[in-house]
Amino acid sequence: MSELKSGSNLEKVLTAGHFAFTGECGPPKGANVAHLKEKLSHLKGNVDAVNMTDNQTAVVRMSSMAGSALMIGEGLEPNFQMVCRDRNRLAIMSDILGAYALGIRNMLCLSGDHQTFGNHPEAKNVHDIDSMQLIALVKKMRDEGKFLNGDDIDVPPKMFIGAACNPFADPYEYRVYRLANKIEAGADFIQTQCIFNMDKFRDFMKKTVDMGLHEKCYILAGVTPMKNAGMANFMSKFVPGMDIPDSLIKRLKGVDKRDQSEEGIKFALEQVEEFKEMEGVAGVHMMAIEWEHMVPEIAERAGVLPRPVV
Amino acid sequence: MLNAIEDGADGVYVAGCLEGECHYIEGNLKAKRKVAYVKKTLSELGIEPERVEMYNLSSAQGARFAEIANEMSDKIRELGPTPIKKNHAA
Amino acid sequence: MIVADRKSLQEILAMVQDNKKILIAGCKGCVTVCNVGGLKEVEILASSMKIARKKEGKDIDIDIQVLERQCDTEYVAGISEIVDDYEAVISLACGVGPQFLSEMYKDQIFYPGVNTTFFGGATQHGVWEERCAGCGTCAIHNFGGLCPIARCAKSLMNGPCGGSSNGICEVNKDTECIWDSIVRKKMEAGKLEDLLGVKGLKDWTTARDGGPRRSIREELVQGNI
Repeated sequence: MSELKSGSNLEKVLTAGHFAFTGECGPPKGANVAHLKEKLSHLKGNVDAVNMTDNQTAVVRMSSMAGSALMIGEGLEPNFQMVCRDRNRLAIMSDILGAYALGIRNMLCLSGDHQTFGNHPEAKNVHDIDSMQLIALVKKMRDEGKFLNGDDIDVPPKMFIGAACNPFADPYEYRVYRLANKIEAGADFIQTQCIFNMDKFRDFMKKTVDMGLHEKCYILAGVTPMKNAGMANFMSKFVPGMDIPDSLIKRLKGVDKRDQSEEGIKFALEQVEEFKEMEGVAGVHMMAIEWEHMVPEIAERAGVLPRPVV
Repeated sequence: MLNAIEDGADGVYVAGCLEGECHYIEGNLKAKRKVAYVKKTLSELGIEPERVEMYNLSSAQGARFAEIANEMSDKIRELGPTPIKKNHAA
Repeated sequence: MIVADRKSLQEILAMVQDNKKILIAGCKGCVTVCNVGGLKEVEILASSMKIARKKEGKDIDIDIQVLERQCDTEYVAGISEIVDDYEAVISLACGVGPQFLSEMYKDQIFYPGVNTTFFGGATQHGVWEERCAGCGTCAIHNFGGLCPIARCAKSLMNGPCGGSSNGICEVNKDTECIWDSIVRKKMEAGKLEDLLGVKGLKDWTTARDGGPRRSIREELVQGNI
């Protein structure tokens, strides 16, 4: 990991050995550029890169590519997300070229939540390739300068390749092998699903470190501050892949309703402190969805400001 | 059951053994499911599902049989004649 | 075999609402096996439709006929003498049936009485589940004899995704996560290494994506195709 692959800010921060701090932003359910810019303004200067989600939970929003390009205009660095659910390999390769041409340098490769979860469940399911194959595809385009069929690319896209990891999905024993597969396929960095079950995550990281995976890839731990007990309850029941311990829900319920958000933030800050010291963890991915205005305060209290300029 | 309704019956009832005592072991349970299917079909067609019913009794329960016959007749009388035009004498 | 579900009575009745004389054609093939289009089901449909019509004070003349199969011109030809006696025909065979009938009897109208769904088998009496997606390049032996194309909601070649929980697919609590089963099978057999690496890209040209397909047994074809 000596010569830079993409030259992105995130890559530079991680390669220099700093503890990375990335954020997330969902594009608007429309072409509301003003609203998007307003959300992004809270993140500026407080994070190394910002994930721009791609029709997350299968709800139609402005494209991640457009959101990412607009983000660059606002002086932030995007982490362009792409799901396999909505596009075939032609559109995928085409979009990767377009994204790179627009100045995007980080890309997160995902399968995507099934369309039946979203607001247009009648849609056709694409899934021409899966996230593992997508990672390998981006690596092929970047390092070999070739399309899937072997044709040469006229200026290959040099992306910093990211992938997701959910240590809380089943079968649990297999998750670390799946992570190894993604790294083998070409993932340069990983962002985990938001973590609430710290015991399980500690165990997962131990296995990851034992396999030496943290040396081949930068692992960022996902954190989502809970706004209240209701949110914890909702996520536990309706969001796929969540593992929220009863102890957390109890902790949130244990305080007055007005104080629950502060309690949620406190828990998140405790997590960040532990992740700073945890072996194998190279940074934190803060997913304060629809709570972007809290990120400056959280970043300040977490002691991750100012962000390094590399 | 459907043919009977089709031919103009105001009601149809099926008598089976008490559950657990079927001479054919499970015949009464199978009949129960078929009665449910016919009730559902009648509902879909806008006809009262109560016109078709299943009763369970043993062959020794003469008095109960009479009771059921009266019960069913009263119910059908209350529901009124079948909305299906009769083709011939039922 | 091919599995189908009967269309609702309302939908079927609407198809023939202006007709007074129809034929319901069943099939002794797959739809008999999955209890949706065999003799019994044809009779039930006929009776239900007559009840519906009589309730409106109208009448309908319904004949029934159960063909050996509706996917063979040899058997479809069997109704040539009577097919024109009707204003319309409802076929309870899978989607192939009404099409074969339409192709042979160009002047008659054939309505599908069932919604054809998938290739599957009976897991218990009365319950059928999807097993095969007809992708044209079977590779189930690479997955412990289980098919991720048909049985994974995202057709992943390198699963499971992050939504797999307790062996259940994120899409439906009644749906098995096939990748959970594939992984566990490999773990139990001590063959986890079979799942390392990235499975090659699927070639969808042999699936429906490549266009409508044709299968030929050269040794059986007489004359030109």
